[in-house]
Amino acid sequence: MKKRNIIGRITALCLASLMLVMAMAGCTGEEKKVATDGSTSMEKVIGALGEAFESENSTVTFTYNPTGSGTGITAVSEGRCDIGLSSRALKDEETAKGLKGTILAYDGIAVIVNNENPVEDLTIETIAKIYTGEITNWKDAGGNNAEIVLIGREANSGTRDGFESVVGVEDECKYRQELTATGDVISAVAGNPNAIGYASVASVKETVKTLKVQGVTPNETTIKDGSYKIQRPFVLVTKEDVKLSDTAQAFFDFCLSEDAKAIITNAGVVPAN
Amino acid sequence: MKSKAKLIERVVHGIFLILGLFTVAAVLLISVYLIISGIPAIKEIGLFEFLFGDKWTPTGEDIQFGILPFILTSVYGTAGAILIGTPIGFFTAVYLSKMANSKVKGVVSSAVSMLAGIPSVVYGLVGMLVLVPAVRKLFNIPDGASLFSAIIVLSVMVLPSIIKVSLTALEAVPKEYEEGSLALGATPIETYFKVSVPAAKSGIAAAVVLGVGRAVGEAMAVIMVSGNVANMPGLFESVRFLTTAVSSEMAYAADGSLHRQALFSIALVLFLFIMLINAVLNFFLKKNKEG
Repeated sequence: MKKRNIIGRITALCLASLMLVMAMAGCTGEEKKVATDGSTSMEKVIGALGEAFESENSTVTFTYNPTGSGTGITAVSEGRCDIGLSSRALKDEETAKGLKGTILAYDGIAVIVNNENPVEDLTIETIAKIYTGEITNWKDAGGNNAEIVLIGREANSGTRDGFESVVGVEDECKYRQELTATGDVISAVAGNPNAIGYASVASVKETVKTLKVQGVTPNETTIKDGSYKIQRPFVLVTKEDVKLSDTAQAFFDFCLSEDAKAIITNAGVVPAN
Repeated sequence: MKSKAKLIERVVHGIFLILGLFTVAAVLLISVYLIISGIPAIKEIGLFEFLFGDKWTPTGEDIQFGILPFILTSVYGTAGAILIGTPIGFFTAVYLSKMANSKVKGVVSSAVSMLAGIPSVVYGLVGMLVLVPAVRKLFNIPDGASLFSAIIVLSVMVLPSIIKVSLTALEAVPKEYEEGSLALGATPIETYFKVSVPAAKSGIAAAVVLGVGRAVGEAMAVIMVSGNVANMPGLFESVRFLTTAVSSEMAYAADGSLHRQALFSIALVLFLFIMLINAVLNFFLKKNKEG
């Protein structure tokens, strides 16, 4: 009887303290929240930043709603989130509505071919023609007489989305293979002398050849100064006239800080500053 | 004392019952979940358009959800794998059960077991790095990732189930049948194919159906060798299976979108396929028991 009593008391104590902790967390969590909404392509980089920010500030909850750039921009202008995420530069009519874009990073997409392929350099127009099936033989693009094999990513993938929108071939690509991972694209291109593919610049290794685009090799400098064309900005969208909450401002500053650079680079994109 | 033993008996019985029901609950949960999440998209797209539409373009301006290419690819791919895998598996089983000496049998059996234990991602990886380039060179086509490569990979993957189940069926044939046949003057080979195999035929059929189930449900290995583009199937075309259609786009399909719901509907179709195959399997297994 006595034993049971002790157990009962311990249980009650545990429950009580648990409730207390939850209540406290509930109180503070209400204010310390950063809500982001937007581009699915930015999932990796913003997720990594959010995680790092949360682990530094244990009371903060970070949320990310992967909806797409357009939806994210609307969400921030309607005040449904703190920071909108866009994987394209803001349009004039969007900035006219009092939105401000701060570039977080640049996403460079490398066009890759097999190491045996003699082609070194392509223009965006040629790449577009190749991907839409207008050019089907490498000899029309300055290479050997061989059929071109198009390797790409699955529908909705951030890299595919980025590549197709910059090159201007949205939903017109005649893919031979649609693979689900960057690594698979690189292995497929490495395994076929006539293949062409695209992958995030950071993940490309020597197993394949990175093409120059309009004569420019993609690297951190050329992506940052904009001379390498197949790239897009990752933009943090805020409201010009409305002040961010302290927590959201802290997260915003953290994203642009020195500490965040390594995290951004790790996520496969080039930090903007 | 006696009542205590009875009580323990009852408790143990209860525990086993709960454990047994756990499996049933899992099956029910998955079935109900799939049906609930698979129906809305079919309703919205229309059953006929969904099953017999030949275009799958989930993004862009002209959005279409037709899964006929996936269904046909799965059917052709499985049929091809069974066509290649069954003769090899069947003759291996006959050889192992009737002719091989114990040493050879030991080596081959353990090789078969090992084949069954290799993870499917490894099949896919080897297929992607070895088979796909080989197919490209051998047939002089632009790219080796095709239905053909997937069939080759699948036919290797179905071998263990075909061999093992056929072997069990053949070994269960009563010795007297074969001895009777031999005593009547039939040669050993005649005996194996005219007596043992017919006696084990429903078991062998079950083995083939099990192989079909394995091939239809495989995703990881085929995604890496089939090219994964939603084309109508052709032997050297890049194709997408029912399984890979679900797995390749699930990661990026936006929550609550018709696209995501349609992926669940594909899973539902796949589930019905597997159910059908299981029903056929049960039919053969029952027949096997009866005679």
